[in-house]
Amino acid sequence: MNGAKILLESLKKEGVKVMFGICGGSVIPVFDELYKDKNINFVLTRHEQAAAHMADGYARATGKAGVCLATSGPGATNLVTGLATAYLDSVPVVAITGQVATSLVGNDAFQEADTTGITRPVTKHNYLVTDVKDLARTVKEAFHIARSGRPGPVLIDLPVDVQRSDTSFSYPEKVEIRGYKPKIKGHMKQIKAAAAAINSSKRPVIYAGGGVILSGASEHLKKFADKGKIPVTLTLMGTGAFPDTSPLSLGMLGMHGTFYANKAMQESDLIIAVGSRFDDRVTGRLCDFAKEAKIIHIDIDPTSISKTVKVDIPIVGDCKNILTSLTRLTESRERDKWHKKIGSWKKKCPITYARDDKLRPQYVIEQIDKLTRGNAVITTEVGQHQMWAQHFYTYTKPRTFLSSGGLGTMGYGFPAAVGARYGRPRKTVVCIAGDGSFQMNIQELATCVVNKIPVVVAVLNNNFLGMVRQWQDLFFEKRYSHVCLGKSGCERVPDFAKVAQAYGAMGIRVEKKSQVRGAIKKALEYKDGPAVIDFLTEREENVYPMVPAGAALDEIMIEMA
Amino acid sequence: MKLRHTISALVENRSGVLAKISGLFSARGYNIDSLAVGVTESPDVSRMTIVVKGDENVLEQVTKQLNKLPDVITVKDFKDTDIVERDLMLVRVEADKKKRPELLEIVSVFRAKVVDVAQDTMMIEVTGDEDKLRAFTELMRPYSIRELARTGVIALERGGK
Repeated sequence: MNGAKILLESLKKEGVKVMFGICGGSVIPVFDELYKDKNINFVLTRHEQAAAHMADGYARATGKAGVCLATSGPGATNLVTGLATAYLDSVPVVAITGQVATSLVGNDAFQEADTTGITRPVTKHNYLVTDVKDLARTVKEAFHIARSGRPGPVLIDLPVDVQRSDTSFSYPEKVEIRGYKPKIKGHMKQIKAAAAAINSSKRPVIYAGGGVILSGASEHLKKFADKGKIPVTLTLMGTGAFPDTSPLSLGMLGMHGTFYANKAMQESDLIIAVGSRFDDRVTGRLCDFAKEAKIIHIDIDPTSISKTVKVDIPIVGDCKNILTSLTRLTESRERDKWHKKIGSWKKKCPITYARDDKLRPQYVIEQIDKLTRGNAVITTEVGQHQMWAQHFYTYTKPRTFLSSGGLGTMGYGFPAAVGARYGRPRKTVVCIAGDGSFQMNIQELATCVVNKIPVVVAVLNNNFLGMVRQWQDLFFEKRYSHVCLGKSGCERVPDFAKVAQAYGAMGIRVEKKSQVRGAIKKALEYKDGPAVIDFLTEREENVYPMVPAGAALDEIMIEMA
Repeated sequence: MKLRHTISALVENRSGVLAKISGLFSARGYNIDSLAVGVTESPDVSRMTIVVKGDENVLEQVTKQLNKLPDVITVKDFKDTDIVERDLMLVRVEADKKKRPELLEIVSVFRAKVVDVAQDTMMIEVTGDEDKLRAFTELMRPYSIRELARTGVIALERGGK
């Protein structure tokens, strides 16, 4: 069997049914095998970056590993942004790249790039396979590493002559990597210490992140919080890990977090961090972060612990296991005083916006929420709309909010929506986009039209790179340097509805508030392909609350007068 | 406070592993004082001895980050461990006939070795820990050092392991 076929057989052993990518000179043998193989659905994208994001969206929506395939050189370098996105958000992606023949490696051959060198800092691990005999084992290891411990992307670089070489195929049953043994079970002594701290705490807060979703621990988190009556705040990546509808929910924390979540963190006497990593967007100014709080940190990655914030009780392991033990040891408490205090903050500063006749972006998201009954998978691009999508849609389940949190990749949301739809074909998938971000991977409309993928793209079009404009507005005296995307500031470019129509997709332009619901309904009903709604929203709407960069969490701007 | 730690890692003896480790250090801004790699008694395992400077936090992160790499089998920070540390240095100094006796005296005090002699230079090999090599280098300066090379520190724990 040749290397190309061994690759596909190995992928099938790992349960791969769909992969995303683009062909090229150094992967033609693999594509030749794909041609003959009816069990793998290959989705031809229009750009490799989008292929990586689709694999990522597929992985986040399903919990399975997503797979993308590209050729050597530019094919591989185009994957890099997608891999870095997956790396920072701990998403299991396996990327396969063609490479020039082993005899040419290092010669600056046509379409040669040092792919393992370039991708080393943005992958959990990577491989250059130089002998076809190592291929099956490498695939096995790659999937194991991508999915286990703190998940992440793994790349396999496969020279074209290895794809053509023959050997007998046998897929290993087990993996044994002596340098890789993630710790799953938490230390009982630490768990007991944590439980004691929780039971004696008067003002505890759970600060949960994407790790809860990766671990499949949402229900465990809910049981734990409910038993101890502990309020829960989520990071952007944790959105969906705990239902927004629970009375214990504080919403998101951090730079664009709720007033009450940030306030609760700052006044807490015990922070229970679960699968989160004290990112700078979460903590604000470090020296003023939660000064009175003791900190428990549950994380599977030891490098996350005490990286920025000194932790009192670290517990290394899988949060599902640890939360189960912790719930058992946690005593039921009412904590009325604490909840009363939080209630007053919630009342004082809810997340809101001007509910007037203008077409405001927040209103659009509220209507998407209503018309999908909070049941859609939402993906976002990066910027203002991303924050509003977090604030104004109601998330109750994990894996329903897919967003580039760590890297902040504009151009992520639309291809991620396509990947999500492949993973969960019965779900309504809506990409909430900005006009800047959408243009970074808009070419995938072709992929959707050709394959009849009914994702809805809601473009909250303000004709600006809005988040930077907001910073320029607030901190640079409105010097709007190179953030306007239209002609001389007013005329919006492009006309997204017409662009969509040119691709053969549904395109709708919405200029008035009264047209919003009708347009969303129409787009949701359309099943023959993608639908793009271009909402011409208020141009200078800002995202609030906001903790300015470098400020403490409670130095929060609620709204401009 | 800046500390100087010697970290010993057993790693897979494969191409690309050194790049992964040195890349980790540069990406995270850790300062390497020295790094020495060589194969161990098992041909598929190399030992990397890395001397790093940083505060307690940084050094804890270095060890954890190294441990996280699948190609790294074990990591040990030799802080508070009784170890034997060695670094080998070759140094070529100017040495005409008049200076040679003095130099030979220093060589003997340091239990160093003359490994090459030319008309007006001499190459000396000296082994020891950081302090000894620094002291020796300082003593050689007045003789004018032409060239100098060091292997970097290697270390093993003392005791009956």
